[in-house]
Amino acid sequence: MSLALIVLLPFLGALLPGLLIRSGRNACATATASVTVLALALLLVHTPAVLRGEVVQAGWDWLPGLGLNANFFLDGLGLLFAGLILGIGLLIIIYARFYLSEKDPMGLFYTYLLLFQGAMVGVVLSDNILLLLVFWELTSLSSFLLIGYWRHLPAGRQGARMALVVTGGGGLAMIAGMLLLGQMAGSYDLSVILERGEQIQASPLYLPTLLLILVGCFTKSAQFPFHFWLPHAMAAPTPVSAYLHSATMVKAGIFLLARLWPVLAGTDVWFYLVATTGLFTMVLAAGIALFKDDLKGLLAYSTVSHLGLVTFLFGLGSPMAAAAGVFHIINHATFKAALFMSAGIVDHETGTRHIPRLGGLMHLMPVTATLAMVAAASMAGIPPFNGFISKEMMLEQAAHTPWAGLPWLVPAAATLGAVFSVAYALRYAVHVFWGPPRADYPRRPHDPAAGFWLPPAVLVALVVIIGLFPEQTAGPLVRAAADAVTGGALPDLHLYLWHGLTPALGMSVVALLGGAALLWRYGDAWARWRAGPHPEAKTMYDAAMARLVAASQYIIHTLHNGALQRYLAVMLASAVVLGYAAFSGAAHLPGTRETLEIFPVAGVLWLLMAGGCWLAVAHHRQRLLAVVAVSVVGLMVSIGFLYLSAPDLALTQISVEVVTTVLMLLALYFLPKRTPEESSGARRVRDGVLAVLAGVGVGGLCWAVLTRDFSTISGYYLDQAVPGGGGANVVNVILVDFRGFDTFGEIIVLGIAALAIYALLEGALRGPAAAHLAAWKGDMPRAADRHPIMMVVATRVMLPLALLVGVYILLRGHNMPGGGFIAGLVVSIALIMQYMASGFQWAARRMAVDYDALIGLGVLVAGATGVAAMVGGYPFLTSAHDYVHLPWVGEVELASAMVFDVGVFLTVVGAVMLALAQVSRLGLVASHEPANEGPMDFDPSTPARTARRDPS
Amino acid sequence: MIEYALIFGFVAVSLALVMNLWRLLQGPSVVDRVLAVDTMVINTIALIILQGMYQGTTLYFEAALLLAMFGFISTVAFCRFLLRGNVIE
Repeated sequence: MSLALIVLLPFLGALLPGLLIRSGRNACATATASVTVLALALLLVHTPAVLRGEVVQAGWDWLPGLGLNANFFLDGLGLLFAGLILGIGLLIIIYARFYLSEKDPMGLFYTYLLLFQGAMVGVVLSDNILLLLVFWELTSLSSFLLIGYWRHLPAGRQGARMALVVTGGGGLAMIAGMLLLGQMAGSYDLSVILERGEQIQASPLYLPTLLLILVGCFTKSAQFPFHFWLPHAMAAPTPVSAYLHSATMVKAGIFLLARLWPVLAGTDVWFYLVATTGLFTMVLAAGIALFKDDLKGLLAYSTVSHLGLVTFLFGLGSPMAAAAGVFHIINHATFKAALFMSAGIVDHETGTRHIPRLGGLMHLMPVTATLAMVAAASMAGIPPFNGFISKEMMLEQAAHTPWAGLPWLVPAAATLGAVFSVAYALRYAVHVFWGPPRADYPRRPHDPAAGFWLPPAVLVALVVIIGLFPEQTAGPLVRAAADAVTGGALPDLHLYLWHGLTPALGMSVVALLGGAALLWRYGDAWARWRAGPHPEAKTMYDAAMARLVAASQYIIHTLHNGALQRYLAVMLASAVVLGYAAFSGAAHLPGTRETLEIFPVAGVLWLLMAGGCWLAVAHHRQRLLAVVAVSVVGLMVSIGFLYLSAPDLALTQISVEVVTTVLMLLALYFLPKRTPEESSGARRVRDGVLAVLAGVGVGGLCWAVLTRDFSTISGYYLDQAVPGGGGANVVNVILVDFRGFDTFGEIIVLGIAALAIYALLEGALRGPAAAHLAAWKGDMPRAADRHPIMMVVATRVMLPLALLVGVYILLRGHNMPGGGFIAGLVVSIALIMQYMASGFQWAARRMAVDYDALIGLGVLVAGATGVAAMVGGYPFLTSAHDYVHLPWVGEVELASAMVFDVGVFLTVVGAVMLALAQVSRLGLVASHEPANEGPMDFDPSTPARTARRDPS
Repeated sequence: MIEYALIFGFVAVSLALVMNLWRLLQGPSVVDRVLAVDTMVINTIALIILQGMYQGTTLYFEAALLLAMFGFISTVAFCRFLLRGNVIE
């Protein structure tokens, strides 16, 4: 269990910095650090077991149906990475306390940092690859926040966006690759997948899976050609760069290469893809790094180069190379984090990180200079530091690796990379710290407070100690991790500073001499470099992004241009094309069912429906007529439902028709009453052809379905309604019980829709839209009868009757046609009548309940019914029913689903009324008339009111 | 006996509906058509009751009740629209 806690701690702790920043920066940093210390301590508890070769596991089922389990496991590789992430994370937290200025929001920084830390630990400890993907995406998102932390800097925002696009895009490929991998292995658990290497490599899906996963790894680990985002991410604060680019973010891709090594490595494809990419990236980035004038830019490209080195080692596919890769991960993390931190100190103290403006800092900042130069020497691969050992191991592996039958290619390229590497590392030391002190630093530099240089000092101490005593310090960890990477195929591995007179030593000497010579003649080299081509990745990326945006805009604006006609045309045309494609490929047999005789009255109804449709088509430009036609069609549809024995649907349709007509007329008030003629003749022909084709297609489809026997699930519901749901009305039992969860979702959607209508129209009641509305003059004649007495009296008499019908329909719904939805509509109509008769203002004043509260209450009641079942130990929304004997009434059946139905009822009333009332408010603003005080124009009970009759 | 009465009722109501349709399509004014719809609703109520008697069930009764109770609302809404423009003032 404590394993899951290691992952969860940073996430939980992410809440602390934001709260504790109020108590000061020290409290904030201390709290953040203690979270990491705690996680690190938990990790250390497991360390002895892991070093003995055990695998610690913990977890629980999350979504077992999808194969997604929250399983974590800790082996040597996980221990190595988790240790780096938490250990260097701790140093970064201390360092950042001194690095961030008073103006930077420190709580935010630490919150982002802990989120990122949690995501990284999650990646390296996940046993389930789906879980790993979740954490993988979280690292992309949280690193986006970290890189863009200085949101006032355009470079920071752009760098963050670029990192997100590249790594997030790779993450998409990774998802596809992981899903394929899980399919092939038959499980999404890593511990299972790792044992099915042969089965996976034999599968035809191996190649696509490998390519997709490699895209994910290479984008994350900044391998060519995806390397360009990393230098641009340097716009982040230095602690972020130090953390992301030494130990964590970019190592995630490497981690995955190592994790999946037993499954994916060892094939020719793997070697040529991974080793070649790694080697090329190593040489290219090392070359670029040498000529970067920005201190962090140099380190960025050197990071890319070292990532290439590790990728190359994993790509070789031999266990020894993988072990060397694991060792170099440790070494690179230590010296690179130290280098980033000292670069941050130099930047902080001198005010610049432009190398030509620096130099001679050794005399002014001796501590920083010592730390930086030791770390740089390790990066250059100079003995006796740790970078030397792993670089020797790399050169040793490269020395006897042929590439496509060329034995000299790989050693030569590796040596060239090493030459550049020595050159840029020496340049970091020489051009910044050596030479005479200058007089023109932007700020007068001196060594900073101890807290600032202690974190890099710890790392530099590690650099030296691991370099001097590799076997005693790093040996067990490297062996445990390499064992985990290679799946136990590792031969005897011992780490020595001195390997004897090997070819690798020769290559090292060549690299040192070559690098020193290159730096000695830096001016010439720089001139040659300047003369060469410089493809600027950012311009290409920006151009590519602009083209992508333009393309998607073109597609969106073509398909989604705001004209409903076009949407309909596109949808119908695709339906017709797809339907025809399916139709043409099938046998066209007539149905086998006997057709029924037409009931003559039904024929008449059909005629009326057709007449309504004809009216709508013929007079669609006169919008009022179109509404009339639609209500005829609606009426006929309702009767059709009845005729086909669906009384529930009929009741719903009848009520919906009323509400719809009122709503459409309310809206039509503000709209042109005629649709202008805009379509050209050709377009009308096109639309006509489409309409006929689609209509004939749908008609034919209905004919085909209705003339065939088919099996449905209705029988099951019919049988189960009474025993399972306790109601005789199957439709209602399905709605509130069998498919209760769907209904629950639907009423939430309904409520949201009503609130959205409210919010959108609220915008029309304020600001420029309100002024426009107030200036608007209606285009309809106005009769004098505003609130005629007849209507007021009629609706008042109807109100109690209608409410009673509503309650009746609600209560009987479980056994007879009816239910909460219909009842809600009925009650809404009863209320709308009052609004229509006596005006919005008058009725709204007498309505004591807020409609938005009604929506919320309904959803809560329905939800509470579901939760009640959970309290009883059943799944959400399990219904219970029982029979109670009431005096005088007799046997009464009570089902919990009825309470649920009450929730539906309340939501429907709230949603319908909220939407209608809000549209009516618009009308009130636009009417330019005083709101009525009395319920009607002429109120016989108060004769004085007659004088106030409004003659407009 | 009731069968004959029902058949007569069906024929009469159907004829009335066809005539409603004639008025609906013919117009000429919008008010004519709205009136046609309103009468259609009345005839439909009759039809539902007849059908219920024909099949010997009370299951359709509520539909007739709802139409009778609310059928006029649409008509009133159309009228208010024609007279005042705004349905709910």
